[in-house]
Amino acid sequence: MKTMLSITKREVYGYFATPVAYVFIVIFLIMSGLFTFYMGSFYERGQADLTSFFDWHPWLYLFLIPAISMRLWAEERRNGTIELLMTLPISVSQAVLGKFLAAWIFTAISLILTFPMWITVNYLGDPDNGTIIASYLGSLLMAGGYLAIGSCISSLTKNQVIAFVVTIAVCFLFTVSGMPIVLNFFSSWTPQALLDTIASFSFISNFTDLTQGVIDIRNIIYFLSLIIGALTLNVISINSRKGM
Amino acid sequence: MSVLIEVDRLTKSFGPFIAVDDISFSLKRGEVLGFLGPNGAGKTTTMRMITGFLSPTKGNISVCGHDVSEYPIEIKEKIGYVPEGAPLYGEMTVMNFLKFIANIRKIPKNKINDSIHNVIKKLGLELVLYQQVETLSKGYKRRVGLSQAIIHDPDVLILDEPTDGLDPNQKHEVRKLIKEMASTKAIIISTHILEEVDAVCTRAMIIAKGRMIVDKSPKDLLIGSPEGASLDDVFRTLTIGNPGDNL
Repeated sequence: MKTMLSITKREVYGYFATPVAYVFIVIFLIMSGLFTFYMGSFYERGQADLTSFFDWHPWLYLFLIPAISMRLWAEERRNGTIELLMTLPISVSQAVLGKFLAAWIFTAISLILTFPMWITVNYLGDPDNGTIIASYLGSLLMAGGYLAIGSCISSLTKNQVIAFVVTIAVCFLFTVSGMPIVLNFFSSWTPQALLDTIASFSFISNFTDLTQGVIDIRNIIYFLSLIIGALTLNVISINSRKGM
Repeated sequence: MSVLIEVDRLTKSFGPFIAVDDISFSLKRGEVLGFLGPNGAGKTTTMRMITGFLSPTKGNISVCGHDVSEYPIEIKEKIGYVPEGAPLYGEMTVMNFLKFIANIRKIPKNKINDSIHNVIKKLGLELVLYQQVETLSKGYKRRVGLSQAIIHDPDVLILDEPTDGLDPNQKHEVRKLIKEMASTKAIIISTHILEEVDAVCTRAMIIAKGRMIVDKSPKDLLIGSPEGASLDDVFRTLTIGNPGDNL
């Protein structure tokens, strides 16, 4: 545990020692603001809630999270530091978890910095703050899902650009799997049960459930098992490099 | 003297390519083994297997009595390793990097400061402690790489081309450091600089095309060669065979 946290600490420090952290946070805040006010019609809706803010999170994450996750392992492999890391007395799972946790903490920090949005809506009206907290938690869980997929994909290549593009593609499938664009493709030739399964893998539908203010254990289990599954594949991928 | 490294019929293949072919040796405390060989001979691959970074295709390795594949974490605690090119986390300062390594190496809290100051002094890092690693000169980077390998005072030290790219003075310093530590550790260094073997090693092992050709003391290498032959000549004869064969 302590070993894992040493790795996490080093990684978080790493984000803030380079411009990556500041660029990411600024872009994240600007884009989430633009989406909320312009595309989400925050004022025009005339309701004191953050629906128009949270609704855009899956799409924001789809492009921004792969930018964080792409470097997690690809950079270590390109720079050769993976040899330094993996010959320290740590297990592969400690390294994978430690790095993932650091990236997750970093996204949590970015998310927390959107608090002016919460202040604004409380100033303008009387929102259901319970729902807002549930939505923030849901958003963080969803970010974890994107990050875990990205971390796993990053471990398969030395090339950060490949990691970025492939992660976007895979995350896109997870994001839209509940939408007509995917379901229509399957609906003509698959049974309803399978169709429901595919739809239940959707980030958007699982996330939307949480933003309704109902903390359903199924949605939480969905995101957590997705994270655990992707990180397990990540460990397997790193381990298999030893045999090569 | 106790045996610290035991390598038994070690083989590694990457697909059809055999990088290390049936190498066996053992190394005791106090010995400094020089791995010699042309580029691509299998030196780095062998070191990567001893440090647990790669797993062998066949054969066994034990370090300090533990099997490397069975106790990967335990043996990594006993080893200090400078990988080829001494890769480092460039965005960290030297001080933060050393603290990170000391924490991961589980050096007790009350000894961390002593250990860090010890390596800072040994490697002369005082002036660059708060600089980012990526801004340092090659010589300093290499010294930082060495410092992370000895911070926990390991029984076994594995250095992959530790003096590569250093100027003559820096080479001298690194060799002096290796000699100072030699009596209490088992050390393997790889190099293609022959004078280095003569300067620091008690044993020289020549590897070519994955196979071990010679395992002798540096002085014995010259025995049996024509009068006046240098280590360079011996090396060339052993690794290419009769020079005429390869032309």
